[in-house]
Formats: sequence, C-alpha cells, structure tokens
Amino acid sequence: MMKFLYGIWDAFYYSFLEADRWKFYLVGLKNTLFMAGVACVIGVAIGMVLAILKVSIQASPAVRPRGTSFLGWWLIRLGGWFANLYTTVIRGTPVLVQLLILYFGVFKTAPKEYALLVAGLSFGINSGAYVCEIIRAGIQSVEKGQTEAGRSLGLNSRQTMRLVVLPQAIKNILPTLFNEFITLLKETSVAGYIALTDLTRAGDVVRSRVWNITPLIISGLIYLILVILLTKLQGVLERRLGASDRRL
Amino acid sequence: MIDVCNLSKAFGNHLVLDGINERIEKGEKVVVVGPSGSGKSTFLRCLNLLEQPTGGEIIFEGQNITDPKTNINLLRRKMGMVFQQFNLFPHLSVKKNITLAPVTLGLCSQREADEKAMTLLERISLVDKAEAYPRQLSGGQQQRIAIVRALAMNPEVMLFDEPTSALDPEMVGEVLEVMRELARDGMTMVVVTHEMGFAREAATRVLFMDEGQIKEQAPPDQFFSSPQHPRLKEFLHKVL
Ligand SMILES: Nc1ncnc2c1ncn2[C@@H]1O[C@H](COP(=O)(O)OP(=O)(O)OP(=O)(O)O)[C@@H](O)[C@H]1O
Ligand SMILES: [Mg+2]
Repeated sequence: MMKFLYGIWDAFYYSFLEADRWKFYLVGLKNTLFMAGVACVIGVAIGMVLAILKVSIQASPAVRPRGTSFLGWWLIRLGGWFANLYTTVIRGTPVLVQLLILYFGVFKTAPKEYALLVAGLSFGINSGAYVCEIIRAGIQSVEKGQTEAGRSLGLNSRQTMRLVVLPQAIKNILPTLFNEFITLLKETSVAGYIALTDLTRAGDVVRSRVWNITPLIISGLIYLILVILLTKLQGVLERRLGASDRRL
Repeated sequence: MIDVCNLSKAFGNHLVLDGINERIEKGEKVVVVGPSGSGKSTFLRCLNLLEQPTGGEIIFEGQNITDPKTNINLLRRKMGMVFQQFNLFPHLSVKKNITLAPVTLGLCSQREADEKAMTLLERISLVDKAEAYPRQLSGGQQQRIAIVRALAMNPEVMLFDEPTSALDPEMVGEVLEVMRELARDGMTMVVVTHEMGFAREAATRVLFMDEGQIKEQAPPDQFFSSPQHPRLKEFLHKVL
C-alpha cells in the first residue's frame, strides 16, 4: 500500500513539481481559459444576433402583407437566410478545419502574439452557431399564447420579448448553454495544432520529457475541476431563476 | 364601434373567412357560435390583428386597423382579449400579471397599478392570491385573473375566445358569472362560446358562423326559438 502511494507521489513529483514543471501547466491553463473566455463572449454575441435573425424570419409572414415596407421585409429575409447559411456551414465542418483556415488563411499575416486571439475568435465563431440554435430553441419553446397575450395587452414586440418571452426562455436556455460552454472549454484543446501551449499541449510536452502518461492525467484532472466548477455555477444560476417554479 | 367590411382571411389556399360584413355597436354583447373550424377564432383574432386579414377592412372607432400605418399597439390597449388557455404569465405573480402592461406602457405608476389590481382582485374575490403564481391556481381562478388583467387596461371592448372551454365543469360557472357582471356594467363584448345558456341570458345578438360566413344572426330569443337557416337548425339540434 505504502509502495503504491509512494509510486503515485513519485510520478506526480516528476510530472509536476520537478524543474518547476507546474509553471508549464499554469501557462497552459491560462491560455486555455483565455481562449475559452474570448470564445464564450464572441459565441454568445454572435449567437444572440443570429437567433434574433432566425426568430424574426420565422415570425414574419412568407408573403409580404399589403402596404408594409418592402425594404424591411427583404432585410428580415436576407438576415434569416444569412443566419441559416452560417449555422449550416459552421455546424457542418470540423472546428479544427475552421481554426486552420482562419490561422493559416485569413490571419496568415497576423503577428504570432495574436495566435491566441485568433484561436479564441475561431472557437467563438464556431460556438456562435451552436449558441444561436440554443437560444432560438429556448425562445420557441415558450408557447405562442404568451406572445399573443403580451401583444393583446398593447405591449410591442420588443417589450413582449423582453418581459414575457425571454424570462421564460432563459430557463430552457441556461442548461443547454452551459453544456455548450463545457464543450467549448474542452474543444480549445485542438489549439495545439497551431503550436499554442494550451492545457492539453502543456501536458503532452511534459509527457515527452518524463516518458509516461501522468502529465496527461494531470491535464485531464484540471479540465475536470474546471467543468465541475462550471456545473456548480450553473446550479446556482438555475436555482435563482427557479423562483416561480418552486412555489408550486 | 367596430365596422367589419368584406373581411376575408386565407391560410394558404384555405379560405377561412369569406367576406364578412358586421357592425358592432358600443355596449353590445355579441355572442358568436358555430361548428368547430368554421372560423370563429380567426374572426375574433382578426379584430385585434392577432391574425392579419388577407382582404377587407376593419374600422375601430374610426381608425382602419388593417392600414399598415395605424399603430396597432395603441389600438390593442383598447381591446382586451381573453384566451381559451388563459395565457397568464407563469413567471410573474398574479399582481404583476395585472400590472405589467399598464406600468410598462407608462399609463400609471407601479403604486397606482397595484392599487387598481387589488380593487380588481376584490371584484373577483381573489385578493388573497395577489402574490401567488399562476401555476398555484385552479383553471377557473386563472381565467378570472386573465379577465381582470385585460380590464386593467381599461379597454373599450373585450374579446373572449371560448373562455370556458378549457375548464373543468365545476369552474365554468364562476367565470361566466364574472362575464355576466361585466356585461351588466355595460362593457362591449364579443364572445365566442359553446355556452348556449350564456348566449341566451347575456347576449344582445347572436351570430351563427359557418364555413367562414355569418349565415344568420338575431337577438337570442329569436335565434334559439325560430332559426331560419338549415345549417343553424342542424347545429342547434346538435348542441341543445
Ligand atoms: N394558423 C393557422 N394556419 C393554418 N390554418 C389555420 C390556422 N388557424 C386556423 N386555421 C384553420 O382555419 C379554420 C378555422 O379555424 P378557427 O380556429 O377559426 O375555427 P373555430 O371556429 O374557432 O373552431 P373551434 O370551435 O374548433 O375553435 C380551421 O380549418 C383551421 O384548421
Ligand atoms: Mg376556436
């Protein structure tokens, strides 16, 4: 038993503490969190805009009603088509391919220091397509009667969205949105392909020094802790939002 | 008060309202009956533009509501609507349900709206439910609150789309009682319902709708005692 524990300690020592290797993981962790953070902000921003476009086109009549603005109707149509194209292409291709195209193509002249930002942007662009679908589904899960009740009281479509639909939709959106954040956090591990030191890459570099898989297990554990923290945060938010449900 | 001229509505190729002409005066209580799928709900929902008509005009207090330049949000404030499924806002307390629209639209302060809400709740004997949430209430209680939520906007006409059809039988009475009281107070009402008893006592006029047209209309006693149109005879035979 002692021997077993000593073995673990030994492996941990060589993979983490010796030669200040933990600093390596720390850099990886920092980069992973940076990319995930940037991607999360960009993803939610893109997702919200696309979701609004998609919901608008679905709420707008297929045939332009007499006398309504020609331009407005076509703008809604164009926006909706763009949103559909975006989600189809982005969800239909691997995130790694998108990252490589962005890094070696679109931003090929960008200085190396911006690689992290490019990666964050790439993951954000990818995540936006999924966030869009999450928000859209959340909004559309709220019964049509709710919108009709709001509008019949004289609220305009924005007020109805903000005060009636979104507060109900958020309860459906939050769990799937956190799911997306968790996926996003782990997906940043493909950043190693463009020579960035993220948490996965850090573990792998240490592995090539110590010649065993302990560093990868350490990286994995750090991901696990992050995900558990995210899940805890989700629980807290959901409990706060559940007020009107709990009073059954 | 409401003038409907040659109103038609099609969903795709399916013509649901077929050239309806109707005039509803202030203070009238118009009850609309007819077989399922005849277009009753669609007619009612066209009146406050929850459905966009595909032809004809609706004039409400001199304003053409089908004109795209009309601000429909302003007109809807004057037209309360009560739905079959109540459609209370489940994330808001009863009091907030009632005060949301008047306060958001800047018609009164939250305090004034709260006071008004309590007065309205008193009228339907549900003051003790002011802080409750819709899910905690029975269907009958929810529908009565939906009615006063619409009344909080001081509408000039109330539209009801089968307000008692989703209720357990023992709760139908309490909702009809609130509607009868409203009728006695002089509210202009357009009511789609299968409650023939209500039509008999409270209506000033009953419309029979069939295949997207108003096939017959009369004051209630005449409507029920001497129907003319064969489709109406058949319909009354089935429901009475
Ligand atoms: N949004 C819609 N899209 C397509 N068809 C519709 C829509 N709403 C109603 N309809 C059709 O229009 C017809 C009339 O519907 P409506 O709801 O007005 O009837 P109703 O008289 O209210 O019937 P019920 O007594 O069952 O409520 C029906 O055939 C229905 O299928
Ligand atoms: Mg109906």
